[in-house]
Amino acid sequence: MTKKPLSLHVDAEDFLPASEEEKAYMVQMRPSTTFFKDGCKRLVKNKVAFISLIAIVLITILSIVLPLVWPYSYARQLGNQPGRPVDPSFNNLRPMEYSITEQAALEAGESVFPHLFGTDASGRDYFIRVVYGTRISLAVGFFASIIVLVIGMTLGSIAGFSGGRIDMVIMRIVDIIYSLPDMLMVILLASVMRETMGPIIEGTVLQTIGSNIISLFIIFALLYWCSMARLIRGQILSLREQEYVLAAQATGAGAGWIIKKHLIPNCISVIIISTALQIPNAIFTESFLSFLGLGVNAPMPSLGSLASEALNGITSYGYRLVIPAIVISLIVLSLNLFGDGLRDAFDPKLNQ
Amino acid sequence: MDSKTLRYIAKRVILAIVTLWAVITITFFVMHAVPGGPFTREKAISAEAQAALEAKYGLDKPLFEQYITYLNDALHGNFGPSIKQRGRMVTDIILDGMRTSAKIGLIALVIATVLGILFGALAALRRNSLADKTIMVMTTAFVSMPSFIMGSLLMILFCVVLAVLPANGASKGGLILPIITLSLYPMAYITRLTRSSMLDVLGQDYIRTAKAKGVSERMIIVKHALKNSLIPVITYFGPQLAYIVTGSLVVEQIFAVPGIGRYFVNSITGRDYTLIMGTTIVLATLIVTMNLVSDILYKVVDPRINLE
Repeated sequence: MTKKPLSLHVDAEDFLPASEEEKAYMVQMRPSTTFFKDGCKRLVKNKVAFISLIAIVLITILSIVLPLVWPYSYARQLGNQPGRPVDPSFNNLRPMEYSITEQAALEAGESVFPHLFGTDASGRDYFIRVVYGTRISLAVGFFASIIVLVIGMTLGSIAGFSGGRIDMVIMRIVDIIYSLPDMLMVILLASVMRETMGPIIEGTVLQTIGSNIISLFIIFALLYWCSMARLIRGQILSLREQEYVLAAQATGAGAGWIIKKHLIPNCISVIIISTALQIPNAIFTESFLSFLGLGVNAPMPSLGSLASEALNGITSYGYRLVIPAIVISLIVLSLNLFGDGLRDAFDPKLNQ
Repeated sequence: MDSKTLRYIAKRVILAIVTLWAVITITFFVMHAVPGGPFTREKAISAEAQAALEAKYGLDKPLFEQYITYLNDALHGNFGPSIKQRGRMVTDIILDGMRTSAKIGLIALVIATVLGILFGALAALRRNSLADKTIMVMTTAFVSMPSFIMGSLLMILFCVVLAVLPANGASKGGLILPIITLSLYPMAYITRLTRSSMLDVLGQDYIRTAKAKGVSERMIIVKHALKNSLIPVITYFGPQLAYIVTGSLVVEQIFAVPGIGRYFVNSITGRDYTLIMGTTIVLATLIVTMNLVSDILYKVVDPRINLE
């Protein structure tokens, strides 16, 4: 039947039962997804964050594996062989250069492992020092953030849950520490603690880590827990007021259930994100202190102390400063970008 | 100003005073935790000389009495004599170093603020353009670079490779590089801050109203957008100063600038405790005061901000 263009006649075809194909088209079925999976998907889609993650993982693995297989160690002065006179030709080699003894060995047909970045003023292989310094810097950043997380979480949740006078006391302390000029306090504490820590840890396992790193951790524990505590207290206070918590209580859920099912899943992403963003901060601080001569104990290298040592020979050996500088900027940059990506992926609320 | 604002200001002032008291107290007790006191590292000296030195610096009195004396002296700007630099008062050394440091710091502060606002506004107004993208990439890089790295790299570039500027801060034109080094990070930060707050403001209704009324583009940017987007920048004044103060510690060390930062670092390596205490307190006072001022300014400038 032909239909006039302006006619109001109902088209009978519109009322035919839908075919199976059309039905399938209308029904959108997706596998149910968890919050975590969803976030991971978003994270992988974010190219910048994903590349940063790969860079971080690569740097971490290399800094752990390379010292195990490398023929040189970070502390050995190559010109200083036991039972032989000191060979100064090992000192200050440029990248890929060989010392006189090594040249002779090469000419005799032996294979000598090259010094990729040359050696430093004491004849230590510079490449492995950079790798080892990276490892130290990463380790300090990671463990310092864990310490901050544990202390901040404990005090923050105590303040948030108990409220009242305990809350007030903790938050006033947080206010004061928060408004202290942190870097000055860090320098002050670091300069004194390296004196006091030495005798205390002598003879214990901690001595191998070195008094300076231990004091660095203590300083982090003392000063940087505040923002974490504040964050977690705020989270707990706001989450306690949520309707779904009330609903859970109304249906008879216990405190344990509410904490496990509602509070932790809702604040875990915020906690992880701020911990991730704490790591580059810690690395920043460590390198700053090492640069001022307050960082790791010699002969252990960190990226900051390598840069600081290189400053003396800057006119002739500028690359010795550029290399740790690039590594440290790369680490901090990729950690920051990854942290941002993590925030975008797991906390849509923060991103608005 | 309503009573709420006044109450907020009073609260902030009290917090600042308590913070400064905490700084002085921490400094005092931390320094006294050093095993054996400040003279142990000297060459072996006789017991009488040790006692005489301690008497001279008042170290033989009970700790609490020393603390009260120190607190009183610190309030009057008197930090006693330097332990390592014979015959010089800590206050004189600090004032001496302050002259150079204040010059560098203030110029860096002005450069960072002016250029940061300029670049930030440019990036926001030309959003997603090549200029915007370049500015964002550059600022991301600058924000990720510790000041000592930035300073050293600039030094290699301008003093070794190009050889156009002196590496020594005491020579003519030697303060240019320290100033650039100090201003790069805050500049990058202010650029990002201005950009994001300007983008926020440009989306507001009153901008659309102004456009609808036929206000010229230029007037909208200057009168409405820029003015309102600068409010968050005010909050950054405190942290910016803190950055410049701590940055000057390394920058002055790298470029051998005879400023307070260099004295401070040298006093740490030389274990000159009175100088460390004095410098910490002076710099902390500076930072805490600036934080206080920018916090109060922030609330006064923008009445929309909730004081709680």
